[in-house]
Parts: sequence; C-alpha cells; structure tokens
Amino acid sequence: MPPSFQETVRTPNGRLRGRIGLSHLLFLAIASIPFAARAARVGDVVETSVWTQAVRFLTLSDPSVRYALLGAVLIGVSTGLLGSFIVVRRMAMAGDALSHAVLPGVALGFLWNMSKDPMAIFVGATLAGLLGTAFVSWITSTTRIKEDAALGMVLAGFFSVGLCLMSMIQGLPTGNKSGINSFIFGQAAAIGPSDLKLMAIVTVGALLGVGLFYRQLLVTSFDPGFARASGLPVRWVHHGLMLFLAFAVVIALQAVGVVLVSALLIIPAATAYLLTDRMHRMLAIAVAAGVAAGVAGSFVSFLAPALPTGPFIVLASASLFSAAFLFSPRQGLLLRWWHQRSRNARVARENTLKAIYHLSEAHGFKGEGALVRELAERRRSTLEEELVRIRGLVAAGWATLSDDRAVVYPTPAGWQRGSEIVRNHRLWELYLTNAAQISPDHVHEDAEKIEHVLGEELVRELERRLQFATVDPHGKAIPAIGDIRGSAPSRGDTTIGFRRSGP
Amino acid sequence: MNELIPDFDFQRVVVAPWASDFQGNIWVVLMGFFAITACGLVGQYLVLRRMALVGDAISHSVLPGIVIAFLLLKSRSSGAMFVGALFAAVLTTVLIEFIQKKSRVKQDAAIGIVFTSLFALGVIMVSLFTSQIDLDLDCVLHGEIVNVPLEFPFVQVAGLTLGPSSVVRMAAVSLITAVLVMGFYRQLLVSSFDPGLAGSLGVNASVVHYALMGWLSVVVVSCFDSVGAILVVAMLILPATTASMVTDRLPWALASVPLQALLSALGGFHLATWLNCAIAPAMVVASCGLFALAWIFGPVDGQWAKRRRRRANALPDAVLDPFLGKS
Repeated sequence: MPPSFQETVRTPNGRLRGRIGLSHLLFLAIASIPFAARAARVGDVVETSVWTQAVRFLTLSDPSVRYALLGAVLIGVSTGLLGSFIVVRRMAMAGDALSHAVLPGVALGFLWNMSKDPMAIFVGATLAGLLGTAFVSWITSTTRIKEDAALGMVLAGFFSVGLCLMSMIQGLPTGNKSGINSFIFGQAAAIGPSDLKLMAIVTVGALLGVGLFYRQLLVTSFDPGFARASGLPVRWVHHGLMLFLAFAVVIALQAVGVVLVSALLIIPAATAYLLTDRMHRMLAIAVAAGVAAGVAGSFVSFLAPALPTGPFIVLASASLFSAAFLFSPRQGLLLRWWHQRSRNARVARENTLKAIYHLSEAHGFKGEGALVRELAERRRSTLEEELVRIRGLVAAGWATLSDDRAVVYPTPAGWQRGSEIVRNHRLWELYLTNAAQISPDHVHEDAEKIEHVLGEELVRELERRLQFATVDPHGKAIPAIGDIRGSAPSRGDTTIGFRRSGP
Repeated sequence: MNELIPDFDFQRVVVAPWASDFQGNIWVVLMGFFAITACGLVGQYLVLRRMALVGDAISHSVLPGIVIAFLLLKSRSSGAMFVGALFAAVLTTVLIEFIQKKSRVKQDAAIGIVFTSLFALGVIMVSLFTSQIDLDLDCVLHGEIVNVPLEFPFVQVAGLTLGPSSVVRMAAVSLITAVLVMGFYRQLLVSSFDPGLAGSLGVNASVVHYALMGWLSVVVVSCFDSVGAILVVAMLILPATTASMVTDRLPWALASVPLQALLSALGGFHLATWLNCAIAPAMVVASCGLFALAWIFGPVDGQWAKRRRRRANALPDAVLDPFLGKS
C-alpha cells in the first residue's frame, strides 16, 4: 500500500475515533453482560481481542475492513436514495416483500457455477425479486386478495422456496458452499473487490437514474393523477423504480442479509422524512443516515467474530430514527411537547393578565394595581395558586409584585397584552353574534380559546367588519386601539386603515 | 443438477419414511399439521381484517421477547416463552400505533421500522448468547422441526404416553384456537366485517383486536421453535387466501384449514424427503402449491372458473357495455 494513502485515511480518523468512542463503550457494556458471569475464565481474552479488532478497524489496516466500509457507504447511498421514494409512495412493505423474495434467486445464482460468483447471484436475485413483485401485482389484479395478504404470501412463499434450495445446496456433496449463509443475516467482512465493483455500478446507476428522472419520480410519487394527466409514463416510472430497488436490495444482501435489508430501505428514509419537508433534502439526509448506520453497524459487527452485520446496521439506523423521532425540529416528540408546554404557559399568563384587566375594569379603572386576594376570589383559586401564576407573570416581565405580596402591578407591556386579550375576546364574541348569528350566551367558550391566537391583522379585519363597534354583546366596552397603545404611530395606522376601508 | 434434484423414487420418498421410521416421522407431520391449523385459523381473521402484515411484524418481533425470557428465567419452559412473546407482541402493536400517531410516518413504514428493529435486536441477542439459550440463527430462520421426535421424555397424562412435548403443546394450542374461533365466532365475524355494527351490538372492537393480537402471539410462539419466525407468516396467510379462491363463506373457509394443513404437512414432508431439504420450508412450499392450484382451479375466484364465467356471459356483457360506459 502506498504510504500516502495511509496518511489520507488516518487524518480523518483522529476525529472518527473520538466520536466512535461512545458506541464502543456501549458495545463493551453490552458485551460484558454475558461474560460477567464467567469473567474469570474468558473476560480477559475477549477484551483484548475486541480492542485489537477495534484498532484494526479504525486504522483500516485490513483490506477487508476497507472493503466493508466502502461497501457500507455505497449501500447507504443507494438504499437511502431509493428508500426515500419507497417511503413517500407508501410502498414500504413492498420493499420488504421484494427483499425476501430474492432468496431463491440467490440460491440459484449460487448453483450456477457452485461458487459465490457475485454476477450470477446478482442476476439471479434481481430476477427473483422482480418475479416476486410481479406475482404480487398479478395476484392482486386477478383475484380479490388484498395487497397486504398478497405481499405476505409472496414474501414468505418465495422465502421458503429459497430456504429449501439453500438446504439442498448444503446437502450437496460437491462445491464450495462457504459463505452462502452470510446472505441471510449479512456479513460485511465477506465483501470482496468484485462485490464492490457491482455495488459501485449500481450506486452510480441509482444516482444517475434519480438525478435524470428526479422530476418524473417526484410527480408520480406525490400526485399520480396529475402525472398521468400530464402524459408521464407513470407505470414505467414505477417499473423502473422497482428495478433499481431490486438492484439496491441485491447489492445490500451481502452486508445486511435478506431478512433485514428492507429495514435499510425504510428506516433511514423514515428518519429523513421526519427531519425535512423537501424531497431533495430528504434524499440527502436519508443517504447520510444510511451511510452512518452502515459504517457504525459494520464497525460493531467487526469487533467479534460471530456477529452478523445486518442486525447491527438495523439497530444503528433504528437509533437514528428514535433520535429524529424525539428531537426533530418540527416533527420531534420532545420539541412538540415543549412547544405545547410553553404555549400553555403563555395562555395561563395571558389569562392572569386578563383577570387583572377585568378586576381593574370592575373598579372603574381606578388605582394602579390589583389586589392578589381579589384576584384569587375572582378566579376561585387559593392565594398560593394565584401567587404562583403571578410569579409566572413577573418572570415574563409583564407585572411586578409588591413586597408584601398583596398587590400586583402590571407593567405597561403587561397591561397592553391584557387589554389586547380582552379586546380579542370581546371582538370575537361580537363577531360570532353578529355575523354567525350565534346567541350571546354561547360565544364565551369559543372566544376563550381564540383570544390567544388572533393576530393583529385579523383583529383589524374584525374591527373593520364590525364597523369599529365599542360594546360587546354583553354590554361591556371593547378596549380600543387607542387605549391599548397610547402612542401616535399606532393611531395613525388605524386612521389609514379606516380611510382605506371606510364607507 | 442431478445431484441437486434426485430422481423421484416412489419407494424411497413415499413408502420408506413410513415403513422404517414411522414413530419418528409421524410426530414431524403432526407438528406441521397442528402448526398450520392453528396459524391458519387465526390467519383467516388477520387476512379479513387486512392485518396480514401486522401478523408478519408480530411473528418477527416475538424473537427478542423469547430470548429475553430465556435469559431472565434461564429455562426453556413454555410459560416463560409465552409471557415474553406476549409482551413483545403487545409492544410491537403499541409501538406501531405510537409512531403512527405521534409522527407523520405512515402505517406501512411504521410496521417496517418496528419489526425489523425488534427482530434485529433478537438476532443480535441470539448470536451473542447462543451458548446460553440453545437457540441458534438456523432455528430462528426455519425452525428445527426435525428435532421434534427427539424430545424425550414424551409427555404422559394419566399413564398414557401422548408424545413429544412440543407436539402436545401445539395440539393443545390449535385445539384451543379452534374452540375460541367457534366460541367467539359472532364477535370475530362482526368486528372483522363491520366495526360500526359491532359497536352497536355491544361487541368492543378494540378488545377483540387486542385479544386477537395476543392469541396470535401465543400461536406464533408455540410453533416458533419448529418453523421459525418467517415461515409462520406463510402459515398465517396462505390457508386464508387459498380458501378465498374456493369459497365465499367464512365457515367453509375455516373448515378447510385442517384439510389444507394435512395436505401441506404431508406434502411438505414427502417433498423434503424427495429433495433432501429442510422440512418446514418444504411444508410452506406445499402450501404455496395448494394456493397455486386454487388460484387456477378455485370455483369462486380461480382464473379458470372466471374465464369460463366470462365466456358464458359474453353476450350480456357486449349488450350492456355501451350503457356501462365501456366501449
């Protein structure tokens, strides 16, 4: 190996090693569970061999490691690209059926010249996968069997034929049978240079195909009706996608195995689906997730001799999915929960401001603050509860509390917000009674909700439609803009609005 | 090729197994028969409810449940396996629904994510702890039905020797399945075809749903070590789809399941003897063969019958077509 190559691969590794440290520790923790019981006997040996393997992997000193890594990257790219389309077309289970259906093809390809010839296996597996897909559509179109049952039948039927063939091959007296089992659960370490060539060809093909026919794929995926109307060959796009899908599944077999290859199509794409709304970004993220999972999975499975690669790659992508599921900026569970929480807190604060306004209104807007005791009485809560709420206001800068905790003074901003809420509430009540003919005693509940979400634009529009009414259906004054904002510019705004829309 | 597919020797394939080792082989066939019967009965309802792929998911994801139960209880007792698998099955359904509800990932992708992840977890545990749980990847894949007759001692009840424990267990499970399917026939029927009507008749559809899922996991577990995780899917779905080619009536479809099970188990056994291949997959191949026959010759939805009907109806169709907008 030329020394320069070693240099170039080692430099990024300095960083890589730091990042993988965590998963490494995690693996040791997992691995130590079974050995804890008999640590005295085998613990030492196993630990050293795990570390040696880790060093071998990280330094890329072994060609099989380099092949495995490159393979994982290529597989991640092709499955991420095609899997994204599978997920947005809701064909995830079709991908699963296709990937199980390739097994008899793998066995027949192996039988072709009784060796693990990548080309023969590639052709056999692709044909079997496509035959399986054809069977699914044949069965669903000629009988009343639903798609899910047809998929399940083809999946398990083809798979069992494959298993029969496999066991027949293993019973044969001649031939080199080693390595055929690695197709079922995957063994990235078994990837050879000729496998890599195929993977590279397929990946480049998938990139080119998706790049050239991106628009067609996009339109047929999201709006097949429009695609058909605009003369796109929807069927052919579908067949082409299935063909490339079969290719991608077949090249991934060696590393991930027949059983779990569908996970590689679905999980990275679903992860990306949670993270973005744009298809091209989804493709990029799915590819990145697939590559990351592939590399992490092959690393872990390389640490010990008998570990299959596929399950680790699947678990790695499943953890990426869980991370996206929890932390995605817009779709994430935690962030949505957080948004909801902060929204609820804001609504609670605004309700307290509203109560202060009501109290002040009841006293004829005399005096500066509101008595906490009266506030509590008005809202039928205890003093402690009221003080907790007021502390929320104080923290948000909307009010101050007197030292003896008896009086709460809204700040100018707080007072303004409170009046806005009351205005929104009363305007909405008026609008519902006037425009929607709802009786005045049925509008309060609705207004309670909408007062927190009405925007300034909408409020102006309401005011205009209600011809700047000043009294709500219950006879209470609607706070006008002038009361809320004492400053000149806002008054100017209102007049412009008035002139523009006035009769 | 000749080495791969031996000549069909009637004496060797059909007569010899029964003449030489009747005791050994009858248990294998019976195991297959009971497994397909139990799966087929439950599977009818899965297919009716369009939940075939949920069945697929559960049959995969019971694996980690079984392995964890093995590891925790250090025994291969049926009880531990059932509990572990039941837990895993419930977890699967709950997770699928959770992902579907709490994100915009659709049902098909959610199923794909959950069961592959759980299955991967199971496979990893099996390969890490192989020495502790006498279960290996081959067993997960296609089961070890050959080992059934080797389970000594045979179960004895009241002094009678019944048979290998797994066969007895499977027989009990399929018997209970049959009893349940008959006992709750109305509830299952109405909630499968018309959940709205079920609600108005006082049948709680979601209780039926979860009970079905729970029993599915019991059935899957009891045939797990003889047929493996993936072939179960075929045994769940194939009897139902084959029956739907032949009959329109659910009672007949259910009644056809034991017959299909017998044919598949026997056919698969002889196929495996002929070709020297694994027995459980061969039984599934035999089921596929039955489906293919039904697909062609089935009187209700078979292709031949349909073509004949179409030909018999040729004139009315031609007359009606202009009115139906087909020209």
